[in-house]
Amino acid sequence: MALQILLADDEKDFVDTLAERLRIRDFSVRVVYNGLDAVAAVKESRPAVVILDLFMPGLPGDETLRQITALYHDLPIILLTGQAGVEESFASEELANCACLTKPVALSQLLEQIESMLQGKAGGDRHV
Amino acid sequence: MLASLKKRFLQFDGDPEGTISTASYRCFRRLLTGLMIVVSVTPLLTISWFSHQQYVKTLESETTGPLSALARKTATTIDLYLKERSSTVSFIAHAYTFRELLDQKNLHRVFLALKSEYHGFVDMGVVNAEGVQVDYVGPYGLKNANYAGQQWLEAAQINGLYISNSFLGLRGFPHMVIAVHRMESNGDSWTLRVTIDTSRLQRLLPLMDQTQDTDIFLCDNAGNLQTNSRLYGKPIRKLPLTPPPPTHDTIVTSATDGQGRRLLIASAMIEGTDLQLLAVKPRLNVSEPLLALRGELVWVLCGGIIAIVLVSYFLMKILVGRLETSDRRRVAIFAQIEQDQKLSSIGRLATGVAHEINNPLAIISEKAGLAHDLLSLSPDADKYQKHRQHLLELMDSINSTVDRAKAITRRMLGFARRMEVSRQPLHIEDVIAESSEFIERAARNRGISLKTTMQDDLPEIISDRGQLQQVFLNILGNAIDALGNRKDGTIEIGCRRHGQESIQVSIADNGQGMPEEVQSHIFEPFYSTKKDKGTGLGMFITYGIVRRLGGKIEVRSREGEGTTFIITLPIESHRETVEE
Repeated sequence: MALQILLADDEKDFVDTLAERLRIRDFSVRVVYNGLDAVAAVKESRPAVVILDLFMPGLPGDETLRQITALYHDLPIILLTGQAGVEESFASEELANCACLTKPVALSQLLEQIESMLQGKAGGDRHV
Repeated sequence: MLASLKKRFLQFDGDPEGTISTASYRCFRRLLTGLMIVVSVTPLLTISWFSHQQYVKTLESETTGPLSALARKTATTIDLYLKERSSTVSFIAHAYTFRELLDQKNLHRVFLALKSEYHGFVDMGVVNAEGVQVDYVGPYGLKNANYAGQQWLEAAQINGLYISNSFLGLRGFPHMVIAVHRMESNGDSWTLRVTIDTSRLQRLLPLMDQTQDTDIFLCDNAGNLQTNSRLYGKPIRKLPLTPPPPTHDTIVTSATDGQGRRLLIASAMIEGTDLQLLAVKPRLNVSEPLLALRGELVWVLCGGIIAIVLVSYFLMKILVGRLETSDRRRVAIFAQIEQDQKLSSIGRLATGVAHEINNPLAIISEKAGLAHDLLSLSPDADKYQKHRQHLLELMDSINSTVDRAKAITRRMLGFARRMEVSRQPLHIEDVIAESSEFIERAARNRGISLKTTMQDDLPEIISDRGQLQQVFLNILGNAIDALGNRKDGTIEIGCRRHGQESIQVSIADNGQGMPEEVQSHIFEPFYSTKKDKGTGLGMFITYGIVRRLGGKIEVRSREGEGTTFIITLPIESHRETVEE
């Protein structure tokens, strides 16, 4: 079964294109454009990975992140943002399964990140 | 006056952050010193003046008191002497009748009796109603002398008793007359006339004052001398000064005589006569001790004023100097804060810009990526075979351009992050490389070559990336300025290990160099050689940063040969160690 990926970003142009590229690579991608929808989508069905923009209308990225991790503590989340310097601000325990990437990011790098996170999970290697 | 002073104070205070010139401090110092001197010297002078006045008054009253007492005492003695004699003469005139005294024998006997009892009588005569001296006893043979119409005789006829001034009269020798007029019941009207030798009065005057510059003598109301005067000679000369108006009390006045002497005069009337006793003392003598004392006072006063002036001057110099130093330090700190804030706001701006650019960059990147995917991955890719290669190249080109843009935003974001003060492990060579990147273009434009020589195994140091970058940028910027438009300008950056615990970075240029004078001031605030361009803070801030990071900075320069800055940095900063 194709890997479920949830994409949440208010930048429609960006997120749609990225979704298409991922689909070409046989991922099952679901796209939402704000934080609330992202939380709702996670509730509905648990994805394998969440790729999340930090600055979104409705629910801010960090709050979205908190709510999602509240639902599934070990759900891998990749934060994708244009803002640098956020790595430091999210270096907390609750974000153990969290990685940060700065936009623009090469797709290859993103895929590598997904793979390493899933492997880490499979291997039970959780960062606590 | 006060308002203008206040205004000047406020003016000085009004510009705390601006650059305050040395001149205005000098002005302020002068103002304070002046005020302090005025405030201290004025009361001193006032008190001195008042006490001096008081002293003069006391001294004068101490001089005039004895003088007045002397005059009064002597006047009383003379008064007593004359009263005694006049009452004796009056007694004789009443005890004997005119007819009895006309007898030469009787008159002679009476005169002898009188002379035996009292000194000073010269002769005695009886004058009839017509003014003719009908009987006379004495050495001058004045029998039948005619005194009709003489002032003394008329005065005696009117008052009954008259004591004359000293006068020369018919005998040409100074003498006084006591005349008693009698009107007998048988109708005889006659006058008994007795003369006294004026020199007898002289003996009544005290002699003690010869040593004390005091002159004591009698004079009449018209100002004729009646006794000998040390100052003015023998009687009956006219005195070269106007005697004070006759009063019953003893009074002290000051006057200047005909010879220009300033005198203190105590005067006392002799009752029943026209005579005045004068005690005269030169005023000069009064003020002599005063002058001596004033001299001492003036010395003390001058000493005091000099001390006040010196103390005020040096105190204010020290105080205002400290004020100036602390003001300058404050201004420097303000400037540094301002500089820091400027940099941090540039940092924030850079962050914003980078973020804004990153998002569209991400879209471009993804679109190009998708296009690339479609071309390379889609099953019906053969359709596009004709242009495929070309399109793929275009996509790659777009991607590499995005990467370039990304590198720029990354650098901007990195710069912004470095604005925050933080110590972290870093490689000094990275920081140097980043800093040189910033000035590379400027250096290239001016034909300056940048050479970097790094030791290979440099350790990681714990320091502040942003602050170090600022240090290197400042020094490199100065180096570029120092090279000016030289053709063969070179900046060499070297880095090596220095002992066990530190590393050393040297930045050398082959520019114009600087004289000793400039070298010794280069790390001071507001010291600039770039007249209009510089704030004079660059090297000061650099110095402060290096010190804060636990390092030190030195400058070596030779005019015409170039300048080298040597920065020594600890591998592990002390503060960091403490915090751990």
